[in-house]
Amino acid sequence: MTKTTVRKLLVIAGCAILTLTPPMAVADIEGGKQILRRANGAEPSSLDPQLMTGTWESAIISDLFEGLLTRDAGGSSIPGVAESWHISDDGLHYTFHLRGDAKWSDGTPLTADDFVYAWRRILSPERAAPYAYMLYPILNARAYNQGEQPADALGVEASDDHTLSVTLARPTGYFLEMLSHASTYPVPRTAIEQYGSDWTKPGHMISNGAFELTEWISHDHIAAVKNPDFHDAANVALDEVRFLPIDDGRAALNRFRAGEVDMTSSVPTDRIEWARENLPDALHETPTLATFYFAFNQRPGSVLDDLRIREALNLAVRRDIITTKITRLNQPLAYSLVPTAISNYDGPEFDFAQEPTDERLAEAKALMQDAGYSPDHPLHLTIDYITNQDTKRIPVAMAAMWKPLGVEVTLTNSDAAVYYSKLRQGDFQIGMAPWNADYNDASNFLDLFRTGVPNNHSGYSNADYDAMMERASNELDLDKRAQLMADAEGILLDDYAMLPLYFYIRPALVSPSLSGWEESPMDDHLSRWMYFKDAE
Amino acid sequence: MLIYTLKRLLQAIPTLLIVITISFFLMRVAPGGPFDGERQLPPEIEANLMAAYHLDEPLPMQYLRYMGNLLQGDFGPSFKYKDFSVTELIMQGFPVSLEIGGLAILLALIVGLPLGIAAALKRNSTIDYLVMGTALTGIAVPNFVIAPIFALVFGVLLGWLPAGGWNGGALPNLVLPVVALSIQQIAYIARMMRASMIEVLGSHFIRTARAKGLNEGEVIWRHAIRPALLPVMSYLGPAIAGIITGSVVIEQIFGIPGIGRYFVQGALNRDYTLVMGTVVFYGVLIVLMNLIVDLLYSALDPQIRYDD
Repeated sequence: MTKTTVRKLLVIAGCAILTLTPPMAVADIEGGKQILRRANGAEPSSLDPQLMTGTWESAIISDLFEGLLTRDAGGSSIPGVAESWHISDDGLHYTFHLRGDAKWSDGTPLTADDFVYAWRRILSPERAAPYAYMLYPILNARAYNQGEQPADALGVEASDDHTLSVTLARPTGYFLEMLSHASTYPVPRTAIEQYGSDWTKPGHMISNGAFELTEWISHDHIAAVKNPDFHDAANVALDEVRFLPIDDGRAALNRFRAGEVDMTSSVPTDRIEWARENLPDALHETPTLATFYFAFNQRPGSVLDDLRIREALNLAVRRDIITTKITRLNQPLAYSLVPTAISNYDGPEFDFAQEPTDERLAEAKALMQDAGYSPDHPLHLTIDYITNQDTKRIPVAMAAMWKPLGVEVTLTNSDAAVYYSKLRQGDFQIGMAPWNADYNDASNFLDLFRTGVPNNHSGYSNADYDAMMERASNELDLDKRAQLMADAEGILLDDYAMLPLYFYIRPALVSPSLSGWEESPMDDHLSRWMYFKDAE
Repeated sequence: MLIYTLKRLLQAIPTLLIVITISFFLMRVAPGGPFDGERQLPPEIEANLMAAYHLDEPLPMQYLRYMGNLLQGDFGPSFKYKDFSVTELIMQGFPVSLEIGGLAILLALIVGLPLGIAAALKRNSTIDYLVMGTALTGIAVPNFVIAPIFALVFGVLLGWLPAGGWNGGALPNLVLPVVALSIQQIAYIARMMRASMIEVLGSHFIRTARAKGLNEGEVIWRHAIRPALLPVMSYLGPAIAGIITGSVVIEQIFGIPGIGRYFVQGALNRDYTLVMGTVVFYGVLIVLMNLIVDLLYSALDPQIRYDD
């Protein structure tokens, strides 16, 4: 082989490599089209709004469908399919006036009947919808879901094509707030009747949101194009949205850096500091409505049934160390259950929140001694957590913080299914229990501690608390209701019913060329509000 | 040969039945169920779900129902991916895994075999040490280390290739996952080929061939390589079945829509039907691959005949 041949070959190889170079961020605007590529957590388990369970599904479904209410870019509830509404004085009757130009993506008008159909469908026992309970505030919803009442007993009816009347079982302060949740969206009767469970496939799905589904390759991508029949289509700038189910946080980061996606829904914990330094224009750290807390199993007979121990454990945990050294997201420290960012609510916090660390520790030691435990006579506790290196570091740190009190901790990890099954069976002592709000209302958190409700893992039961929450549920005046809930939370905190650590910060990467993305406490970001600046 | 093939296929049926039965019951005795998640469902909703998936029936009844459906080729609906049947998921993911895995095995053979042969022929030389040293590193460094480094270096820093995504199987998207997937296989194949080649080169028939005065090239090409391939072949059967049913690590890091992740995620989600579907699929594939390998044996080694 001569030198020139070698050189030629090298040139050819070089050209071949160059042609393999991926299209960079400019691909956002292909041929003048605005295409948004979203790295979206995980593969959706369903695109049926009535079967979805996770936030990544909600991100897609909220682009495809619209409820009576929807959310603006900042996450506040605004009118959606309903133009206006009227609430009766007793808070039991809601009349929704639907917009005249609401249509399905096949051009047929969307009517009040579509909501009646959808809500009966999600509540039908055969549908077995996990989120059916969201509609339980509606009259007879629960009984129908349990098969004890027929569908037509449900408190929802279409007075005419554009008027929907809803009767509640009792006043529900957060009912409007709930109506932007995917479980309450209308679903297309014609497509469902024609295709059965296949109705969510591209080509079959009819939707009423800003975008309509065009492609779905499982674990690859979901594509949706602008829906020309959407009532606000004139103000939707994006031509297409592609959702990429990237469940590996580092992979999402790499693809963002390579210009292959325009936004991510997370950033790996160990890359946060790097992102702060290197991608300051793209990184957003948004406080969201979620609390990370540990549940104490305080069923009678459990060692944690002792208030002194629960208080001591709460006192001794240095929440600031956990958020600065372990999670490194500097989350707001939690000294209460309800996140401080929740709307229309000003709740209490633990008395010790402002006390210096030394005092807290001394108090904690005294309490433990009073309960009969010290380093010489330690209390043995087990913390359960879900197998994951990131989450493990928190209980490890807590164990070290409790050691001076005379608490010896054993850590037990299990996979998610085993972990949650232990939690529900009360087969644990202390277990991590993150809670993400379904709707922006304090009751979504406080209801977790009512006696006997499904997610009351700790077995907490306090008649005063239940009574206070009951009063709050029936209160129509929003301020009075908020005060009653705050009083209830006061009881919860006096009982040290749980160990709250922090309120969530959701880190995300958003391309600086993308406009219309705003921080939203519910962490939902409808694509209809977004656009690329360069194309203007 | 035909009778032998049919006999082998018939023998596979009880094997698969046992595998299916054991997997079915193992899956059900595992603690935690498909509906145990962060949100504990109200009891009435859980009852509806159990009824919808027939999980409220006694276990033997569920087993019979599953086997009945299986005989009709119906793997049932996935518990987790509710809009797809297990068959749809496997059929959508398998071509992708097949392409990535097939290319990776091909690459591994193209690179691994010559390396192994060269190392064997130049035993204890620099080439040998270099090849074996690299192979050892290839085996020792796992996928989950190599794959993110590839994505970072070639996808992000150099920008030569996409950092991830399938893009309908476009060539640039194939390169990194295929290479990352093949590295360990190259290493295994090179080591195996070297060892087997050394053994063959020391055997009597090679000495005879040399004594007959054949030149070294002919000895190696005509007489040594074919028998030396046998151990590699028997390794390839299960290896191909393993690699073309996907790799959860490669798929997650490069965003490849293959079926590898169903094994792991299905089990973690207690997605009973999906796990069973992948087990059956993998079982059938293993049986087929082993059969093909056994049949190829006779082509490579005249001492092996299946004429009964």
